[in-house]
Amino acid sequence: MNKTVALWLAVGWAGYAVLPWYAIDDGFFGFAWFGGFPASIDSAPATLQVMDHGRAWLLPIGLALVAPLAVLWRGGDKPWAATVLMTAGGFGLAYTLAQGFAIGLGGWGFGFIESAFGELSDRQFGMGYGAVLVFGAFLFFLTQGMAKRGAINGDVFVVGSIGLVIALIAAFILFPVASILISAVQDNDENFAPALFFIKLLSRDIWGLDCLTSRLTCGIAWNSLLMATLVGAGTTMLGLAFALIATRTGFRAKKILRVLTVLPIVTPPFVIGLAVILLFGRSGVVNTFLEWAFDIEPTRWIYGLPGIWLAQMLAFTPIAFLVLIGVVEGISPSMEEAGLTLRADNWRVFTTVSLPLMRPGLANAFLLGFIESLADFGNPLVLGGEYDVLSTSIFFAIVGALVDQGRAAVLAFVLLAFTLSAFYAQRRWLGRKSYATITGKGDAGLHVRLPRRLTWTIYAAALPWAALTAVIYCMIMFGGFVETWGFDHSFTLRHYIEAFSIETGRYGLVWSGAAWNSFWTTLEIAAISAPLTAGIGLLAAYILVRQRFVGKDAFEFGTMLSFAIPGTVIGIGYILAFNVPPIEITGTGIILVICFVFRNMPVGVRAGIAAMSQIDKSLDEASLTLGATSFTTLRKVVMPLLRPAIVAALVFGFVRAMTAISAVIFLVSANYDMATSYILGRVENADYGLAISYSSVLIVVMLAAIILIQRVVGTRRLSRRDGQQFGLEGSAA
Amino acid sequence: MTIGYKAASVQFQGVTKAFGPVVAVRDISFTIEPGTLVTLLGPSGCGKTTTLRLIAGLEMPTSGRILIGDRDVTKLPATDRDVCMVFQSYALFPHMTVLENVAYGLTVGGMAKPDAHAKAEDELELVGLEGFGERLPSELSGGQQQRVAVARALILEPEVLLFDEPLSNLDAKLRRRMREEIRDLQRKLGLTSVYVTHDQEEALAVSDRIIVMNNAVIAQEGSPHELYENPANVFVADFIGDANLVKAEIMSVNGEIAVVRIGNIERRLPCRGLSPGEVDVAIRPAAIILSNDTSVEGMEGSVLKATYLGNHIEYTVDSPLGELFVIDYQVDAALPRGATVSIDLAERGITLVLDEA
Repeated sequence: MNKTVALWLAVGWAGYAVLPWYAIDDGFFGFAWFGGFPASIDSAPATLQVMDHGRAWLLPIGLALVAPLAVLWRGGDKPWAATVLMTAGGFGLAYTLAQGFAIGLGGWGFGFIESAFGELSDRQFGMGYGAVLVFGAFLFFLTQGMAKRGAINGDVFVVGSIGLVIALIAAFILFPVASILISAVQDNDENFAPALFFIKLLSRDIWGLDCLTSRLTCGIAWNSLLMATLVGAGTTMLGLAFALIATRTGFRAKKILRVLTVLPIVTPPFVIGLAVILLFGRSGVVNTFLEWAFDIEPTRWIYGLPGIWLAQMLAFTPIAFLVLIGVVEGISPSMEEAGLTLRADNWRVFTTVSLPLMRPGLANAFLLGFIESLADFGNPLVLGGEYDVLSTSIFFAIVGALVDQGRAAVLAFVLLAFTLSAFYAQRRWLGRKSYATITGKGDAGLHVRLPRRLTWTIYAAALPWAALTAVIYCMIMFGGFVETWGFDHSFTLRHYIEAFSIETGRYGLVWSGAAWNSFWTTLEIAAISAPLTAGIGLLAAYILVRQRFVGKDAFEFGTMLSFAIPGTVIGIGYILAFNVPPIEITGTGIILVICFVFRNMPVGVRAGIAAMSQIDKSLDEASLTLGATSFTTLRKVVMPLLRPAIVAALVFGFVRAMTAISAVIFLVSANYDMATSYILGRVENADYGLAISYSSVLIVVMLAAIILIQRVVGTRRLSRRDGQQFGLEGSAA
Repeated sequence: MTIGYKAASVQFQGVTKAFGPVVAVRDISFTIEPGTLVTLLGPSGCGKTTTLRLIAGLEMPTSGRILIGDRDVTKLPATDRDVCMVFQSYALFPHMTVLENVAYGLTVGGMAKPDAHAKAEDELELVGLEGFGERLPSELSGGQQQRVAVARALILEPEVLLFDEPLSNLDAKLRRRMREEIRDLQRKLGLTSVYVTHDQEEALAVSDRIIVMNNAVIAQEGSPHELYENPANVFVADFIGDANLVKAEIMSVNGEIAVVRIGNIERRLPCRGLSPGEVDVAIRPAAIILSNDTSVEGMEGSVLKATYLGNHIEYTVDSPLGELFVIDYQVDAALPRGATVSIDLAERGITLVLDEA
């Protein structure tokens, strides 16, 4: 373990004495700072900041880095070594953070310090390479000290991993959320103003009930709740219909159902909304036909509740399907057969046995639809019309005509309260039930066929819906090739050329299309964030499945929390938290990567937990007793067996980074524009052709990426006879 | 007895392990001599597997000290202990070949792959699996997988080798053969081994010494012979080989010998430090002699059940002492259900039980 101490000591000192302490202006990966290094005040390491630039407050950090040297020289296995490491690490972390917050761009960061110490003439910028390394060193001193004290069987790697994940969650999930809460109780000049908070919180445009008594609209909170409830109920019923068709009927085209479940995941936002407009909008196919055939005046009925509901149903029904198919498949056939032998008919078996057993799954599907609907941003933006919901109102409070950061924070607070309550209800009420439906024992029975009348009902509900989905996607592919949808349907490649043209200029190829810039940025950011998402997600899953420690429940809640935080809320939080030192990263590509990693982490965690619980723990223990460290065990034993989960996490991380919009619109900058925000710009200019052709390209790229990831990461080989095998116990008998 | 050059002793000093409010192991102390095979025996939930995992370093004790050889390993994690374990589920890595599995400990320890594989080949030969190296574990039978698990643990020549119910997934015949092979290997290499099982017959067959555990504490420790002949308490008497526990009376004590009255039969038994008065007596099933000749002196009883098992018959007999479980090897003279019998006791197979259950 002294080797590890030495390593982190070296890292810490490199960060303190060699690399620039503060963030460099031209970006994290820019290297122009070599010019002024190390003397210039911008690029000087902490040591020179103390000596040459009078920033004495950085000195105690260096002292905390000296203490572990004693452990290295004299410590050995002595008990005091643990105390020294924990003290140095804990103090270092606390002090470095404290000075970062206390001294900001305008001198002292808090009024009360200024009144205590007098005005400070100096100021400091966001933390840079040096500070990051020193942070890492302190964090791992602390965890090594704890491991030496006997935490988690004295496993340095595991304690360090737990510390790392906690630190990252605190910095990139809890801190931004806390910033929103703080901002919500401040006025726009950052003074504490609880009265204003309550005025804003209770305002009529959030909670008004005018729509019940008059023709005015209700408050946006009610709008959001109503929408979420309708979508949750609708997706659950439709999802159940599809799940029953897929598992309990003789329906032949089941594979097509599977395809329909993948498509929405790789569909960029707005696309479904746009297709709905093209189909049902004022000059859409349906209205045009009705006008031509029956002389019905086209209206804008699709804008508002009906349109958003339709688009969200199209987008989220597959999620309900995926949840429910697991539950429906998991019901043991022998229970239904028991019902039959007790002389119940098909209908009674379904209503008294099957349906009650699906209840946890139904509730789970409803809450997922509810949360997704509340958090959805793209569809309400395109289809909302006069119908305001929370997620879009937050956006307009920041970028609209009347900028009101306080109002945005209050709205975010309300939205967060809704989603967290639903999330909490889901976890509290259902817990893990939906995951543990299939036992290891083979169950040879046959599922009972559905009663006939029910079969026809679900066919009647689901098949038209499937047809509608198919039409929508045809229109998406088709819409990019016509001149102007609704007016001029002549074939053209104009939109593709405008977006993706390549010319040969004097210096070779010129990427002259308008979309290339955002396209490459998106690919780059997605490619960087996907492995990070998978890595941290699976690491958290490993800790959750394989380790016992105090506070594990809170740890799990932290890793899953970001699932319940709507993108717009996270976006606001990131702006509030990371626009000023000590972590000053707005306008960079890093903030986009971090945002994606922590927003998409829960899926990696879930996939990892599900896969890892299938792997017998004695495999890990066997590896440990054979002298492998837990890191080697993770690398050589656990990871190879987790390939399917790794693929899932990589694919999801990649795809979500390419299709995300809600948080992204707050975080993009001139240098780092993302495809989705570019498309949003086209949509706002009513340039639907380009928006749709760009989206089609993205869909194709994502499908290609999914295939590529599966090829590269591959599947695990456990038996020569078949590539895949389910019972992953150590005894593969 | 051979003692392997690395074989080390294992010592527990007042070790307790609690999982929250549940105490799995309570203040136990014992010493395992180098080169011996010691079995931890007990019913499920008695703490024997936890004890084994404490030796492996997969659990850390709540209090107490653990020494391997002369070294205090109480806080040393599994990775850093020189201890290997054969798991109940074998825990073979399903994505590695047999050879890679066996060589795993060497390669993660830094040995070059060709050397490690050559050594693994030798090890496979030792357990009789030469030529199986390229297969995947899923392509082996249960017994073969078991041997791979043993080879994988043996290859590191550990100070202590641990077995966690290694035979419980095998059928009865294979179990008997494998336990003999394990015992032979252990003797040949002189390894300190700790073996967990709940099967008392297996424990008696393979062990130098047995530690019987019950309810998180050690019930008795001794050689198989000592445990069988002189059980310390009712639990051990009943757990090691079946026993009929009946009430009796010590009439008198003369030196080491007590005169004990069991029903209407008197026997002279080692008194084990007991004084006259009421006492528990353990009677082995084979020590009860049934006869259909009721004129023979003894107690009268009647046969409630008779089960024919080929080489012996098991009877349940109603008697003045209560219901007795009897094993009779005279299969030719089977007694029918309901028969009235006379019950006599043999000279051996009867023990006074110390009163400390």
